[in-house]
Amino acid sequence: MSLLNIQDLKVSFTTPEGEVNAVNGLNLSLNEGETLAVVGESGSGKSQTAFATMGLLAKNGRATGTINFDGQNLLGMSTKALNKVRSQQIGMIFQDPMTSLNPYLRISEQMAEVLTLHKGMSKRDAINESVKMLDAVRIPDARNRITNYPHEFSGGMRQRIMIAMSLLCRPRLLIADEPTTALDVTVQAQIMQLLGDIRREFGTAIILITHDLGVVAGFCDRTLVLYGGQVMEEGQTETVFANPTHPYTLGLLQAVPRLDREELELATIAGEPPDMSRLPAGCPFSPRCDIAMHRCATLRPTLETLEAGHRRACHKPIAEVV
Amino acid sequence: MSTILSVKDLSVTFDIRRPGSWPWTPASKLHAVNEVSFDLNAGECLGVVGESGSGKSTLARAIVGTIPSSGGQIMFEGGDLANMSPAERRVHRRDVQMIFQDPLAALNPRMTVGEIIAEPLITHEPNTPRAEVKKRVAELMERVGLLPNLINRYPHEFSGGQCQRIGIARALILKPKLLICDEPVSALDVSVQAQVVNLLMGLQRDFGLSLIFIAHDLSVVKHISDRIMVLYLGRTMEHADARALTTEPEHPYTQALISSVPIPDPVLEKARSRPILEGELPSPLAPPSGCVFRTRCPKAVASCANGRPAMMDIGQTHYVACPYHAPREVLATA
Repeated sequence: MSLLNIQDLKVSFTTPEGEVNAVNGLNLSLNEGETLAVVGESGSGKSQTAFATMGLLAKNGRATGTINFDGQNLLGMSTKALNKVRSQQIGMIFQDPMTSLNPYLRISEQMAEVLTLHKGMSKRDAINESVKMLDAVRIPDARNRITNYPHEFSGGMRQRIMIAMSLLCRPRLLIADEPTTALDVTVQAQIMQLLGDIRREFGTAIILITHDLGVVAGFCDRTLVLYGGQVMEEGQTETVFANPTHPYTLGLLQAVPRLDREELELATIAGEPPDMSRLPAGCPFSPRCDIAMHRCATLRPTLETLEAGHRRACHKPIAEVV
Repeated sequence: MSTILSVKDLSVTFDIRRPGSWPWTPASKLHAVNEVSFDLNAGECLGVVGESGSGKSTLARAIVGTIPSSGGQIMFEGGDLANMSPAERRVHRRDVQMIFQDPLAALNPRMTVGEIIAEPLITHEPNTPRAEVKKRVAELMERVGLLPNLINRYPHEFSGGQCQRIGIARALILKPKLLICDEPVSALDVSVQAQVVNLLMGLQRDFGLSLIFIAHDLSVVKHISDRIMVLYLGRTMEHADARALTTEPEHPYTQALISSVPIPDPVLEKARSRPILEGELPSPLAPPSGCVFRTRCPKAVASCANGRPAMMDIGQTHYVACPYHAPREVLATA
């Protein structure tokens, strides 16, 4: 059975300018210990899917559908019950580690609080456990540095601390929302290696939300491509990268320059990322799609299964896409 | 080919005062750029890469002339930037233009797009007839891919990619010779990034522009540049043709940098041998003695701490600042 199963998730926000639909009928499932990449541009709904899962939507946001985690529906759960799940079962790390740590508290306070609150540990045990976890994420001299404040660490170190903190209760699922976007490539490589080690050591399932296809390629078992809050394509990472069947996936892959290749000119996707308050009735990608047909604008394509685990949402036959 | 910009041993130093220090305590010196030299030919593109804190942006600002240099020489078309008369400086400001990372923050929110693009022209050529200004703005908007009927809109009505196009149009209206791009695509989505990169390359061809392209994304830099310079803590580590530098880097830092760059190919990526650089950039206030990279270098020996390695010319305009350099294929699979 899958660890996380999201069915027909819809997230919308009420704004003075009208309804904004961030996620439109998203299905997703994740097995124990699996790594899933959620790829998309800004406005694709990738972060809102994560926020909905964690019950962290902004006040004007509403989520419908079901989010089954280990057999329980997280949507509509009481805050008390949800707190239990998201503290002990699901961890989350964010893009900017400075804004997610409390600048006024020492790292020791912030980390120990997690354990005293959720596991009922004594403060001394909690700090010992925190030091162990900081060692595991390779913070040098953790025993002494745990009493430092967040600003005394570099960006990469702060992200390590966030990872350590999210792992304190040994969650079964870790959601990483653009964890390396704010970091330099050398530090990014360190953090991705660390996440890989954690996955092997603790068997944690990881959802990696990112726009960087390179990071996905080296890390994730499966890849989900989102656009306009809908799944465009989903499959094993190797399959999606080697045989993309959706024009958007194809366009994304061709738009990134590669270090190991010489291109004369980059292929581009015309236009701009979608305006979520004015999505077309049909395929959200149709206004930017080179090969869009008449019905693409009016009829929403359904996700069809090509082979085991490979799905796509496009009206065009595969032969005409690639 | 003629050299348009020649930078020799350029250093930029900032005085850093600790908060709360006594007024008579001497400020500590931060060497943001340290003895950097390069030549840029007309019509060429030089890529500058390095981690944050490596001095990339400071170098750009020193060339534009918004930060004074503390040593060395910047020669633009034969004239020394440090000894320019006010009139010459005005010409330099026309000829060297810049585009920035955050496209929205670089535009005045209270001016319309037309006013923003026309402003440099009106400043430098105040006698241009209004009709002429309008015509040139419209032409340029079309060239950078903006519909001319958007001329009376304000910046907040545009997306990031469009704002960057406005910034490019503003930089080009004076027909500059050198365009400095400081992380122009890092804030943009992947699909929009490709559009802007293609636009810049097209403009470079059409206008015969020279470019300095600063970015931390090596894949993009390699795509657009003829030559690449790698900076670390304000010093040049390696400087070579783009293809040579990415396929057969010589300096241990360049090798580490390239092996950290992920390649969007799962088969290749999962099989790559990858020596990951340990640690992080040391504090620029107290850089390591000798070679600044030695604290993280896998090849470092005791003598690296004594004296700074000289820039070595290893042929085919490939320069590397490491006596233990050796070519290594870092993209190949294990």
